[in-house]
Formats: sequence, C-alpha cells, structure tokens
Amino acid sequence: MSLPERQITYGEAVREAIAEEMRRDGTVFFMGEDVAVAGGVFKVTVGLLDEFGEDRVRDTPISEAGIMGAGVGAALTGMRPIVEIMFGDFITIAMDQIVNQAAKMCYMTGGQASCALTIRTTIGAGRSSAAQHSQSLQAWLSHIPGVKVAIPSTPADLKGLLKTAIRDDNPTVIYEDKMMYGLKGPVPDVEDYTIPFGVADIKREGSDVTLVATSSMVHTALKAADELEREGISAEVVDPRTLSPLDMDTIVRSVEKTSRAVVIDEAYQSYGVTGELASRIADEAFDYLDAPVKRLGAMDVPVPFSPGLEPQTIPDEEKLVRTVQGLFHDVPV
Amino acid sequence: MSESLELITTSSDEGTLPLPEPLCREIYEKMLTIRRFEEAVLEVYTQGLMRGLAHLYIGQEASAVGICSALNDDDYLTSTHRGHGHLIAKGGKVDRMMAEMMGKVDGYNRGKGGTMHIADMSLGILGANGIVGGGMGMATGAALSGKMRGTGQVAVCFFGDGAINQGAFLESANLASVWSLPVLFVCENNHYGEYTAAKDVTAVREHVAERAAGFDMPAMVVDGNDAVAVHQTAVEMVERARAGEGPCLIENKTYRYRGHHVGDGDPEKTYRTQEETDTWLAKDPIPRFARRMMKAGMVDEAELESIDTTITKRVEDAVAFANESPYPEAGEVTDHVFA
Repeated sequence: MSLPERQITYGEAVREAIAEEMRRDGTVFFMGEDVAVAGGVFKVTVGLLDEFGEDRVRDTPISEAGIMGAGVGAALTGMRPIVEIMFGDFITIAMDQIVNQAAKMCYMTGGQASCALTIRTTIGAGRSSAAQHSQSLQAWLSHIPGVKVAIPSTPADLKGLLKTAIRDDNPTVIYEDKMMYGLKGPVPDVEDYTIPFGVADIKREGSDVTLVATSSMVHTALKAADELEREGISAEVVDPRTLSPLDMDTIVRSVEKTSRAVVIDEAYQSYGVTGELASRIADEAFDYLDAPVKRLGAMDVPVPFSPGLEPQTIPDEEKLVRTVQGLFHDVPV
Repeated sequence: MSESLELITTSSDEGTLPLPEPLCREIYEKMLTIRRFEEAVLEVYTQGLMRGLAHLYIGQEASAVGICSALNDDDYLTSTHRGHGHLIAKGGKVDRMMAEMMGKVDGYNRGKGGTMHIADMSLGILGANGIVGGGMGMATGAALSGKMRGTGQVAVCFFGDGAINQGAFLESANLASVWSLPVLFVCENNHYGEYTAAKDVTAVREHVAERAAGFDMPAMVVDGNDAVAVHQTAVEMVERARAGEGPCLIENKTYRYRGHHVGDGDPEKTYRTQEETDTWLAKDPIPRFARRMMKAGMVDEAELESIDTTITKRVEDAVAFANESPYPEAGEVTDHVFA
C-alpha cells in the first residue's frame, strides 16, 4: 500500500515536524540562536515564531552550554524542549550538559528522572565553511550510552525521525546535513507520520555488495550504485537512519545476501562511525563475507577552507566506486 | 562595583529569635540531622562500608536549611558533590540516602548514583552533581519550565565558591536574568575549592556576590552560619522570584570543618591554619541556633538532649537499614539507560 505523498525539502521537513509536534503537545517548545525572528541561519524555522509566539519559540543568547543546560532542566521537569545548536561543531561547547548530565540522569537516578530533550544540529562539509563549521561529529554522541542519535538522509526520514525524537522521553540528537536543506523528496502526506528509531531503510536493492551509508553519503552511494550497475555490479544501499540504536539485523541480512560490504559516512575516518559499523559487520556477518569490510570516512585533517582543498577530504562517488571495484577486481584503492 | 555589599547577619541580636517556634524547631532538627548524618557517613566510610568519595557538609548546615526552609515541596533544587545537606534540608529521607551511599538497591537511585548523584524527583531534588557547576543549567531550565507552565515554582541552584569560576555560571546567570527566571543562585562560599583558597583564584574585590552586578541581578552576602539571616534572605528572594522579578545571587559565607573529602589528610597541616578553623568553629551554626532557641524559651538543655537522642537514633536506624539492604541484582546494570 502506498501512502499519498507530497514533495518537500529537507528544510521544510524540519519545520513541519516541529510545527506538528508543537500543535499536538503544549509542552513542546523550541529554542536556539537566531531560530525565532530570523527563522534560523538556514531559514528552516521561518514561520514558527508567528504561529507559536515568543514563549514557545525562543531566540537565545549565543550560549551553547547555557541553552543546553536550560534544555536539560526543562526536560527533567515536564517540558519537551527542542534545542538547536546551529553548527554541529558548536556542540563541543555544550558537551558537559549532554554527556554528563542529560545522558546519565535516568540511569544515575535509578530510573526516577527522564529527560525528553531533542537536540537538532548540523553536519556536513562542502561549502567552504572551514574547520569550525564543517565537521561531522556524529561519532561523539553515538559513543555515549543514554543518547539516541538519528542521521536522516531524506526529507521523509528527517520528518519522521524528528517527530519521533520529540515524543521520546530520552535525550535524542538529530544530525541534519546542512548541504541538504534544499534537497526535495517525497514525504507521506498523512497526519501523523513518524519513523521509529532503530529501523534501517534499504534505499536501493542489490545483490553483489552492500553499501552502508549515512546522511548525504546515502546520495553518494546511490550515484555510485548507478555507475556500478553499468559495470555489472549490483549494489544494495542500506541507510541505518539511526546510529543509536543501530539496526544491525538489516545490515547483516543484506551482507548475507551480497557477501561484501563498504561503509561510508562523513565523520572523520579514525575512531568514527565507519570503524564501528565495519567492526560490527566483521563480527556479526563474518561467515557471509567474501572480502574484507572496507570503509570511507572524511579525511583525517581539519576541514580546509580552499575550494582547491576541501572536496578531496569528503568521501565521494569516485572513491566509493573504486573501493567497490577493489573488492571485485583487486583494483588498488 | 561602586557600592560595597554589606554582610547580612543577625549576630548582633542573638538574644532574639524572630521566627515562629515550629519553624525554629524544624530548622534546628534539620541542621542537627545533617550533622549527625554526616558524622555517620564519616564512620561508615572509615569502616569501609562506603566506597567512592565522601564530601562532608559539616559546618555548612545553616546554609542548606536556611534556604530550603523558605521553599515549597514542589520547588526545585540542584545540588553539588557536597550535597547531603541540601537533600536533607529539602526533605530527603536519611535511610534511603544512606542506602544510596552504600550502593544498595533501596537507595534513592537503586545504588546507581551514589553520594554524588542522589536525587528525589518527587521532592524537586534534581540531583547532586559530580561536575562543578553542573547543576546551574539544570536549575535555570527547571525555572524556565516552572515559568512556562505557570506554576509559581522556583529553582534553587546550590554551588560552591569553586563553581563561580565555571563558564556555566556566566551562561546560566545571563539566561536566567534576561528571561527573568525564578532562580536563586546560592553560592556557598566555604572559602576553599578543593585545596585551593577561593581568594587566590577568584577575581573579585571582596565578595563572590559582586559578580551579580554583571547580570543585573541583586546580590546578597549573608552570614552563612546564621540560619536566621539565611532564612530571612531566602524568604525575601523566593518571594521576589515568584513575583516574576527574576533571579538573584546569594553568597552564604561559611566553612567546612572537614577536608575536601574523607581521607584526604589534615587541612590544618596543609592549606589552611588552625587559627582560621578555630574562628569558624566558634561560629558553629548549630550551637549558635540552639543558644537562641534557649534564650527565646523554646527549649531547654534537657529537650535539646532529647532531640539529639531522637535524631541520632534515626540516623543509626538509617545505617542499619542501609547495611541490611542488598546490592542490586547484576542484571540491573542495563536497566534505566533509557526511560
């Protein structure tokens, strides 16, 4: 059964998800730097102030730790705050509040406390924003027990996962790729469309190799899959959609079918998302593998400013195709 | 700072006790409960029945009780690593606290938090905190929540002189002030952050509370060993906060009679002098308050002794309760990661 659909952008998905949840639950409110009057630096929250007023849509000082702390306190006391951290790089300033406070309150209090905090922030290089506005730091919070992490690749996934995050009684983080806010895609046109955390999505079916891809790398993987198809290699693209919890079952089932796997994610390659995923595949799908699990992450350098330097630091279609080819033809990678 | 802050104290008028008798009894009993509880913690820790760290509140009792006696049950509180006193003052049960200290399943947090993380959400106690300044954002957010829900609740953020130098203080104080949130920032200045004198590492003219001026909020410097002065200040500031007039910074000048934590040596032989400690011992908030109650004719020596006997017994019972309580089942280790 197919649902009725509309085409909206990734950015519009953010606005729709927040607005719908604020309409259905009076305890949901939204705060961050420049989110209200200006509608956000990426303009994805334009209109929310007009509809919900300044009590529930709040411009804050440039004060990441303060905002996050206030979000934690509000979440512990009956509200459902959505906190925006404009650039994911800035989340480092609020780390104590997320890692030592929000993530641990339920556990440390023996289940007394719940912290229904939703954090929205951005990842993604590619717009010459240099080393402090371009990082993809999703591995940091995926490392922390007590935080749920979503990393949507499409408008539909973003809308469904953000709505689920807002309703969740735990700290959740949505990593939105700032390069995709203008990306259009179909979104189910139903009143209450949500996507559960921990359910991967097969974005393209294939039989020869599994490409496990996140966020914008899903689109890179889909393009690579088209090219590989022309060479006679059928690639399956699996999008975990959430890093914590992680749907390993879907990934293992895919590898069982294809016998090969490449992981691609825009976090730094070392000690990051691709390392974890590749390790889990090697552990849990070892018997099905005909080749080592390969992985592609961002180059281990601070993201450079120059258009002459930046592109090579991001995993791309060409590198992915070559990596996959290497699994079949012993091509040097 | 153009004007200097005056110390709020009732020390020149200790012949009177301007608070109603039931309140005075409550204040005295809570202060004494904290003292006896902390003495018991020292004992169980020394006996090896409690692991981790024990940061004792002995000497600072008037601060916690003076503030919390101005609060309602549903008001919020965030505490610190030296938090036992705040919890008892807000109504925390000593048996469940002691069980938590020992990591037992009947502890407030089922043994998962221990001394530095005890919380009782039903009493608005959002937890002690192992991070210096860690509760500041939380208190600000709880106050925001109370304001948005229109409940009239206030939040008290207890912290030490060490935390005033954390960035979290600036960010929380600014946010609370700009949004007129009902938060009482209560700095318990016991003069030492761990083993370093506050005066050596804090850029203020004389008082930590001077920093309030930078956030357009009122500052109160209080004799933190004077339960009456602390209580009266808190009543005024709570009323102001409930009326929507925003946050304040209260600095309770006090002293911890013990070291930073149990077993870390003798402070008087390292970072402070016996003479200084003796000066503060002479201002011990508990006998000081007892003398006033006696002068006011509320109690006599015999009754004070009987109150002490009752409280000591309650604390002994708490230790027995904690000793008898089992550790959590091993399988509980994965419970409560998520709500």
